[in-house]
Amino acid sequence: MSAPDLPLPVEPEAVPAPRPGRLRALYQRATRSGALLVGLAMVSVMILCAIFAPLIAPHDPYAQSILHKLQGPGPVYWLGTDQFGRDVLSRIIYGARISLFVGFVSTALAVVIGVAIGIVSGYFGGRVDRLISGANDGLMSFPQIIMGIVIVALLGPSIHNLILAITITAIPAFVRIARGSTIAMKERDFVDACRALGFGNGRIMFRHILPNIADEITVLASLWMATAIRTEATLSFIGLGAPPPIATWGGLVRDGFDNLLDSPGLSIFPSIAILIVMIGLNLVGDGLRDATDPRAPT
Amino acid sequence: MNAAQSAPGALPALAVEGLTASLRLGGTWYDAVRDVSFQIAEGETLALVGESGCGKSLTAMAIMGLLPDKIGRMSAGTVTAGERRISGLTEKQMEKIRGDAVGMIFQEPMSSLNPVLRVGFQIAESLIYHRDMSRRAASKRALELMELVRIPAAAQRFRAYPHEFSGGMRQRVMIALALACSPRVLIADEPTTALDVTVQAQVLDLLRGLQDEHGLGILLITHNLGVVASNAQRVMVMYGGDVVESAPVGAFFANPQHPYSAALMSAMPRVDRATEDLNPIPGQVPSLQEMPAGCRYQGRCPLRVAKCAERPPLVAVSEGPHHLARCWVKAPPPGEGA
Amino acid sequence: MLLDVAALTKTFHGQEGFPPRRTSLRALDGVSFQVGHGEALGIVGESGCGKSTAARATLRLVEPDGGSVNYDGQDVLAAGPKALRTLRRHMQMVFQDPASALDPRQRVGDALAEPLRVHRIAKGADLVRRVKAVLDEVGLPAAAAERYPHEFSGGQRQRIGIARALVLEPGLVIADEPVSALDVSVQAQILKLLARLKADRRLAFVFVSHDLGVVRYFCERTAVMYLGRIIESGPTSTLFDTPKHPYTVLLRSASPVPDPAAEVARSIPEGEPPSPMNPPPGCHFHPRCPLASDVCRAEVPPLRASDAGRVLACHNVE
Repeated sequence: MSAPDLPLPVEPEAVPAPRPGRLRALYQRATRSGALLVGLAMVSVMILCAIFAPLIAPHDPYAQSILHKLQGPGPVYWLGTDQFGRDVLSRIIYGARISLFVGFVSTALAVVIGVAIGIVSGYFGGRVDRLISGANDGLMSFPQIIMGIVIVALLGPSIHNLILAITITAIPAFVRIARGSTIAMKERDFVDACRALGFGNGRIMFRHILPNIADEITVLASLWMATAIRTEATLSFIGLGAPPPIATWGGLVRDGFDNLLDSPGLSIFPSIAILIVMIGLNLVGDGLRDATDPRAPT
Repeated sequence: MNAAQSAPGALPALAVEGLTASLRLGGTWYDAVRDVSFQIAEGETLALVGESGCGKSLTAMAIMGLLPDKIGRMSAGTVTAGERRISGLTEKQMEKIRGDAVGMIFQEPMSSLNPVLRVGFQIAESLIYHRDMSRRAASKRALELMELVRIPAAAQRFRAYPHEFSGGMRQRVMIALALACSPRVLIADEPTTALDVTVQAQVLDLLRGLQDEHGLGILLITHNLGVVASNAQRVMVMYGGDVVESAPVGAFFANPQHPYSAALMSAMPRVDRATEDLNPIPGQVPSLQEMPAGCRYQGRCPLRVAKCAERPPLVAVSEGPHHLARCWVKAPPPGEGA
Repeated sequence: MLLDVAALTKTFHGQEGFPPRRTSLRALDGVSFQVGHGEALGIVGESGCGKSTAARATLRLVEPDGGSVNYDGQDVLAAGPKALRTLRRHMQMVFQDPASALDPRQRVGDALAEPLRVHRIAKGADLVRRVKAVLDEVGLPAAAAERYPHEFSGGQRQRIGIARALVLEPGLVIADEPVSALDVSVQAQILKLLARLKADRRLAFVFVSHDLGVVRYFCERTAVMYLGRIIESGPTSTLFDTPKHPYTVLLRSASPVPDPAAEVARSIPEGEPPSPMNPPPGCHFHPRCPLASDVCRAEVPPLRASDAGRVLACHNVE
């Protein structure tokens, strides 16, 4: 066998040309999906309304005026007034504050708690895992709304209890996804590599596994935020939400119900607000799922 | 030396002429296989070797009309199996060819077998589809095929599912399936790469036996030079989509001509003798977008000269008439110095 | 001896079918081996023979059921969680698939720096210097530190995996099929790199591979495993030039050689390695062995010394 003389020690290799970073690639894929942008726009408008409510709202949402009660939409009260003569548009804008706050905080709490439990359960496996996932499946088998009703009914209606109830109903979904993704990640050699390097379990779980499953959790979180807002609306609607006179979307729908035939706008306009946020968040969730799917064409 | 010369006038089992296959990357088409031509006689094995990305599997897919839609296409060339031209056909016509005129086996048999169907039925199905056989006759023939590929207790395993077979047995099922319609040529794409060495030896032995009995032409695609040495009569080395060397196996291993073939051999540690030193090939195969014009190996080649900026032709080297190489230095065309 | 592994056993338990049936898989059945400073021991065998489990059990990435592992006089199996983490500085691992062995969300530089931080070996400028030095040692430029693993080719990724194993300056590296996923030309680059590191750093290796050629190039001594047991071991070149155990003979003759004149293994016995779920009694190899006799079917042949530093477990071969 005649080998050519190759004077080849192991020599430094060229490093690949920089590719667009992860965030940039994500951004590129995300902006190609129109759905994500539309969804973001819808949600952003609502968030801005909530933040700048005092600046935007044309009237004081709590100011009653018997003279102007139950007016239809018009030039002064764009979306009309309720049975106490309060401006519906202003109440919807202020209601966004409570509804979005409740949705966001309860989802955030559920993510933190659920993901922590899920990662621990999936990472350690064995008896702990069987116990946690058994309890979790049990919780998931209750309809959320019934869970929420029971919790609020026991503790009494208040914003805190509302958040608590929604958080508890949302936790099992995050436990499940975090556990499943963690078990899939554990199959990858880098987890063994971390153990071989002498890293502690906490570091492996939260510095190495968590960033790798964050995409899926983000997608689920945006979808769950929509569910949380809907749950808030439902609980408020049946009188287990924030106590009056606080404006929340669910509460507005319920209050409007008494005069549904005379002034249907009282219930319909806040319902449309709920609808916009739900559709927006679902578009964001689906768009994110497509954008972060590694199998999607780049 | 090989059957192609021993039976002059006979039609080759498979003839490929000027095959060029292109892939679309980022909106631009790149030639991933360039101008590949070869013939395989009945009873002959031609080995197609090269590293990942050299275009060997793409060549097989182009022959079978299996290039991925929209991102792959066969841009030039003809393929003839026996006397039937099988290139330029519609998908519908191609379905009739696959598994009939040309059989094919893959590296991972599990992904080519349907996991929810019994293996005997899967073999029989091919016969029902291609040969219009009755269910009963097809089942009988399927059982014979399973015995032919030496699956132990074939009658009992006829009704088993693919996951109940070991890797080696699954590859035997694939071979039975590929041979069901008695094709004259078999394309084997890394057929033993996923198998343990002792099982690999059994499967290769089986293939050689079937070839002797049935005069099968085999295109053996592999990255393993050891498998080439013991199983093929002729060898073609591919690099970056080009055939860089084509030779009878004996001449190839005794005296590889193209610098890439030679480098490949001296980069391979051997079990049969002490390897004092390995000579790795520096760098790596350039991506399709970064392929240099001219000789595609030039960036890693120690013999590179100015002329390498042009694409060298595949011409005979001085060692023998059937020994071709694509290199300005080692195989200058007649009348041209290096 | 740097590493002394004795009588390691490991059985995996599982469930199968419905109603569930308990299954057990004896992956390691009394495996013993030693590795000296700067020495490479090859472990070869076919899939399911337990070679990977042996490698991982040595590091306690898989907890062995019994036996002992001693590294430089310290009992690895008896070490508590804290002592084990300290011990792991000295025993590192290189994996088969570098794409799976690196955290995809971590820059190469961070992946190399993290072990140094965790073990409080270096910080600040010293940390940066060490990361650069180890990248240079494996043939990667300093700029690689800023990149993510997916931006590299397979061979380069394996270099990163090796760099990460080296950054803690271990005395022993367990390499599980480190070049099996690579093309021949790149495989040679990595093998040469490992050989240079072995010489420069006097590194000891446990090198698991199914490729006898690779093992012959890299390892001074080799052990052959079959269904959870070591059946023959000895100096690599004599082991492969004159294999004694019938299974080693089979493995050797079935390994393809790039030489058309070489004898092709024509008489491979039919049948495949039996499942480790249900190994045959006596010598596990007897159903495929041309020399099998009654004693082989009944009794496990003990490992005993043969000539020239070789060890063999066979009733019928001296």
